[in-house]
Amino acid sequence: MIELVNIHRNFQVGDQTVHALDDVTLNIDAGEYVSIMGPSGSGKSTLLNLLGLLDQPSSGTYRLNGQDVTSLGNLRQAQVRNREIGFVFQMFHLIPRLTAAENVELPLLLAGLEPEQRHPRVARALDELHLTDRSHHKPEQLSGGQRQRVAIARATVTKPNVLLADEPTGNLDHKSGQDVIHILEELNDRGITLIVVTHDPEIGRRAQRQLHMMDGRLVDGQGTG
Amino acid sequence: MTLHGADVIRFSIGSLRGFPSRTVLMLVAMAIGVCSVVVLTSLGEGARRYVTGEFASLGTNLIIVFPGRSETAGINPTTMMGETPRDLTLDDARSLLRSYNVLRIAPINVGSADVSWKGRSRDVVILGSSHELLGIRHWEMGQGRFLPQADLDLATPVAVIGSKIRNELFGAKRALGEWIRIGDRRFRIIGIMGSEGRSIGVDVQETVIIPVASAQQMFNTSSLFRLLVEAKSRDAIETVKAFVIDTLQERHQGEKDVTVITQDAVLETFDRILGTLTYAVGGIAAISLAVAGILIMNVMLVAVSQRTAEIGLLKALGASPRQIIILILTEAMILSALGAFTGLLLGQLGSLIVRHTFPVLPAYAPAWASVAALVVALITGLLFSLMPARRAAQLDPVLALSRR
Ligand SMILES: Nc1ncnc2c1ncn2[C@@H]1O[C@H](COP(=O)(O)OP(=O)(O)OP(=O)(O)O)[C@@H](O)[C@H]1O
Ligand SMILES: [Mg+2]
Repeated sequence: MIELVNIHRNFQVGDQTVHALDDVTLNIDAGEYVSIMGPSGSGKSTLLNLLGLLDQPSSGTYRLNGQDVTSLGNLRQAQVRNREIGFVFQMFHLIPRLTAAENVELPLLLAGLEPEQRHPRVARALDELHLTDRSHHKPEQLSGGQRQRVAIARATVTKPNVLLADEPTGNLDHKSGQDVIHILEELNDRGITLIVVTHDPEIGRRAQRQLHMMDGRLVDGQGTG
Repeated sequence: MTLHGADVIRFSIGSLRGFPSRTVLMLVAMAIGVCSVVVLTSLGEGARRYVTGEFASLGTNLIIVFPGRSETAGINPTTMMGETPRDLTLDDARSLLRSYNVLRIAPINVGSADVSWKGRSRDVVILGSSHELLGIRHWEMGQGRFLPQADLDLATPVAVIGSKIRNELFGAKRALGEWIRIGDRRFRIIGIMGSEGRSIGVDVQETVIIPVASAQQMFNTSSLFRLLVEAKSRDAIETVKAFVIDTLQERHQGEKDVTVITQDAVLETFDRILGTLTYAVGGIAAISLAVAGILIMNVMLVAVSQRTAEIGLLKALGASPRQIIILILTEAMILSALGAFTGLLLGQLGSLIVRHTFPVLPAYAPAWASVAALVVALITGLLFSLMPARRAAQLDPVLALSRR
């Protein structure tokens, strides 16, 4: 489902070129559970952002469901992000002035859905994450674990095929982190393709497929396993 | 991927309420701009209406004739021969009635004389005229009648006095029907002017009006001070003016020795000057709207950078650049509109206060000014928030989200 071929991503810092991604070739099938590990600065987040179309490769091809998405225009890319991809961030990134339910509603609102269509879906997404009694709370009134669950509800409310999580437990205590991982795995059990970037080997080991990065490259042979 | 209008507005209002100080600042800037346009134009418009109103109270469709040429050009044949301009006589006046387009005329003579009753006396402006003056000037009688309809040459000893004169000479006593002495002649009071009757130059309350023939005898002159001619309609004014000039030239052996001005010409000049003035102050006030626009731009730029993470997030959730632009512009437009309407209300309040403070000044903001202020406010709000909106749309979501 995901095909990366000879992907490079270079950053120009002053007169120096940083190779954040250096010739990455990677195939991921639908429904896989993939963890990405590696030292700080090895290019994990860059890879994830690229997979989520938040970033463009300097060269190489990215095909999603057989379609070359790097050549799509802004609008089509936004549509793909909205429909196909869910993001979970280390910093949660909830909008503080909106309630949990309103935060979860945002992707549907951007998709232009009618309110009558949005509300049941928001309610269901919150219910699946056991947040129904928190739906009218603002993020500041929620614990870290609850916030990340709201973020997961937001990421999954559009029923995407791919869920990208960049250190989803990085800002959580051990217990909440465990909960969040279990929730993500449950989603994967139900068919979503799950890709988790983590520093925690204990979490990384849980994935069926574990990728290791070093200096912008996947450790030999892992890309097309 | 089209956002619903209601969603956009709800989202924008939410973010406006999230930053109250910024919102209030922009509201105030817009409101001041619009308010000053409204108040200043209402002042200009008030001045225009006041002046034109004063002129109109002199009479409508009026043509004013007075002896002598108005040209200040020093030398012409008459001055060379040392001639004084020919008199403007009652016969001249009567000759003008021949025209179908002349509705009525009123000759005027002015002088001053001692007016006395039972030992009380005072020096008063005496106006010699005819029955028609009342109608031409739109004056109202307080008591009794105005000068009778009679031949202009008839020096009837009757007088109409202003209410102030009445109070000074008679106090609480009855004045109507009493005989007063003006100069060395006796006149019977047949009427007292109403309190409405002010017009530029002459305060009717302080004058005594007698038949023109009586005034001419009293001041020993055969010339008129002014001749008021009222045309049948507004359209007839120019015809009558030409007729007056021709007729009097013919009667004065070909000399153009009278000056004819029309009420409307004077009125239009003032109207034009003060109208232009109103546009000018409105324009100057509109500059403050542009200043408000620049303020809006800066505040929106700050808002965009304050909300970098939020905008990055929206992009990650699938917002297109267009949607981001729409969200930011809507926010700015709601602010501009609220500010403009607040300004409009404040401006109306301001001109209300002006009208209260200066009751003679009909300071109503002209409709065009309010509409223009609103439109300009909305357009500046839109134009000046385009740049911040575009900047937001071009934000790199990765950088936006990684900032902490
Ligand atoms: N916008 C940027 N400009 C310049 N260099 C960048 C930029 N983004 C990333 N880099 C560089 O690219 C390399 C990879 O960064 P990346 O964030 O992908 O690392 P990471 O593996 O996610 O690290 P960490 O575990 O600390 O999150 C780093 O050397 C980083 O400095
Ligand atoms: Mg990272």
